[in-house]
Amino acid sequence: MTALLRRYRFIVPYLLLTPGLIWLAIFYVYPSVQMFISSFWSGSLERGFTFSLSNVHNYTDALSRYQDQIVRSIFFAAAATVATFLISFPLAYTIAFRAGQYKNLLLFLVIAPFFTSFLLRVISWRTILGDDGLLLGPLKSAGLVGDDVRILATPVAVIAGIAYNFLPFMTLPIYVSLEKIDKRLLEAGQDLYATPWSAFRKITLPLALPGIFAGTLLTFIPAMGDYVNAELLGQTPGTKMIGNVVQSRFLVNNDYPTAAALSFILMAGILVAVAVYARLLGTEELVSSAG
Amino acid sequence: MVAIPGAPDPGHCPSGTRSDESPVTTEVAVRLVDVVKKFGDVAAVDRINLEVRDGEFFSLLGPSGCGKTTTLRMIGGFEEPTSGLIELQGKDVTWLPPYRRNVNTVFQNYALFPHLTIFENVAFGLRRKGGLKDAELRSRVTEMLRLVELPGFEKRKPTQISGGQAQRVALARALINRPAVLLLDEPLGALDLKLRKQMQLELKRIQHEVGVTFIYVTHDQEEAMMMSDRIAVMNSGHYEQLADPETLYERPQTRFVAGFLGVSNLLAGIVLEKGTPYASVRLADEAVVRVPAAAVNGRADVEVGVRPEKIRLFGADAEPPSGLNVLSGTVRDASYLGVSTQYIIETKNGSRVSVYEQNVERTIHGSLHRPGEAVHLGWSPDHTFAVGPSVADASAGE
Ligand SMILES: Nc1ncnc2c1ncn2[C@@H]1O[C@H](COP(=O)(O)OP(=O)(O)OP(=O)(O)O)[C@@H](O)[C@H]1O
Ligand SMILES: [Mg+2]
Repeated sequence: MTALLRRYRFIVPYLLLTPGLIWLAIFYVYPSVQMFISSFWSGSLERGFTFSLSNVHNYTDALSRYQDQIVRSIFFAAAATVATFLISFPLAYTIAFRAGQYKNLLLFLVIAPFFTSFLLRVISWRTILGDDGLLLGPLKSAGLVGDDVRILATPVAVIAGIAYNFLPFMTLPIYVSLEKIDKRLLEAGQDLYATPWSAFRKITLPLALPGIFAGTLLTFIPAMGDYVNAELLGQTPGTKMIGNVVQSRFLVNNDYPTAAALSFILMAGILVAVAVYARLLGTEELVSSAG
Repeated sequence: MVAIPGAPDPGHCPSGTRSDESPVTTEVAVRLVDVVKKFGDVAAVDRINLEVRDGEFFSLLGPSGCGKTTTLRMIGGFEEPTSGLIELQGKDVTWLPPYRRNVNTVFQNYALFPHLTIFENVAFGLRRKGGLKDAELRSRVTEMLRLVELPGFEKRKPTQISGGQAQRVALARALINRPAVLLLDEPLGALDLKLRKQMQLELKRIQHEVGVTFIYVTHDQEEAMMMSDRIAVMNSGHYEQLADPETLYERPQTRFVAGFLGVSNLLAGIVLEKGTPYASVRLADEAVVRVPAAAVNGRADVEVGVRPEKIRLFGADAEPPSGLNVLSGTVRDASYLGVSTQYIIETKNGSRVSVYEQNVERTIHGSLHRPGEAVHLGWSPDHTFAVGPSVADASAGE
């Protein structure tokens, strides 16, 4: 066996890839094809669905009918990504450069909340953000904010929920890329007349880019398709995201063609957004400083 | 010729027009006054007083952990001394951060910026200082890369060059700023022997060309000897002797220096007479030798030293020329080393003395002296030195 493997060494990478490829084929490629086909269906669950390429209008119909939710999804996801980044970067920076012996403890604390269920965490945010909850209750009784002020059921609640839920996905990649930076590079920067601030801009930040890139993608992409936060923290039509539409089209209305078309629109939208983003951030930088 | 003005640029003055009427003309580039650096209870640097002259190639030489890097880092501004004073061209810089000092460093691991091209790496310091037009910056970088013999490497990334080339880039990146002092911490440590030898010559050439003061840290005595104008031989936090390479080798003042630079034979003795130009010293085996009075330096107990290659061997019945210091002994070992033959001679009281004899007059397989043979050792009093104990001898437990 080993002799055989040695002889056909070139096969080894493929062998190693096989389980993953089978997994992808069954749980991603097959459903995707299935979905793509159903996005060209017409009809209903009762009368049966028929496939026809002329049903491409499913896409245009879905786009025009749900454009509000699509635009809102992009906006919510982008806002949540920015918020997550603003919280995560200083956090990751502190853990990587300043935490000393508490590094591991702090890293643990970043992921500690995620030992409880996703749903429970979102529901507890309802309590926190509620009209008389932990946040607004004391403020209202102190007379600092008016009685009619609310956070729950507003875009702010949804964005805050998403930002909270994806925090580790942003923090950990940024932490890893900051941690990898050779501290002597910062000394070399200072040696070459860079003030701490310009050393940060010219050395730390560019070297952290791969982590920032990974973190923002890991936040933005799932946030675009998220529906739990909008469902539980938004609750109003004005906070519905595309994920909520897909969910209700698919599971409530049995409108498979529209749901499938929306999924593909979402997927295409994300691909375009990522491509533009990678371009903006400079792919060359990412590749060469990642090593 | 490359037009890198050698004189340092005291005012961080980026305008290319520089004249030689520098306001404060100081002979001393760097001065350390009573500098101490403690890490917890351990004194890594223990009261160093030092003056490095303008334009010289100065080395800090010493074994691992003796405080070379710490000393260098304090000059660079990366460590603050626990007490003491650091002056750069007559100006107190003890508490200035690195980016406010007109000093640049070549780091041991090079520390090139991996995300920047070679061009941008070299241009980094000039860009931070600002005030240069793009065209001028470009020509300064090109000129610098030519000086270190890397023309045309501008567009590469640090991952795309070899170790020796990275070394040159690190040098270019530091020198382009025309610092008052260039600090180098074992810059050749990561290179293989051949490249190392080549870079030693290269570094000397460049230093000669730009005329910048170099402070060079190394634990390789040969490297320090071949490159330096002056060397401070360090031992556990302070230096034992500061001199030019020849003085260090010919007239070491402590046991540690005698042992760290080359091989020494040391024989304990008592000073009989402090005459001039030679003092007489009686060794443990009763032989009386003459030592330059300056080397004895007023001490009563000394160790008399002589380098193995300065000793000549004579047969038991031969009479060594008068005027030489003479000892008698028995050959214990003779090893043929090609260039020379190395003997171990045991003297009457059991001390062992190494002798290197050049194989000039030797015929093949004709050993001049064989183990067991009785011989006389003779050497000139002028080649004799005397050392006192090292301050750190007790702690080193030698
Ligand atoms: N940051 C630090 N914290 C504690 N001790 C330190 C620190 N830096 C250096 N030391 C100690 O100070 C002493 C001198 O260290 P230094 O790095 O200056 O030695 P060195 O002469 O450069 O040695 P080498 O040739 O091995 O580089 C050593 O005993 C070292 O352990
Ligand atoms: Mg060192």
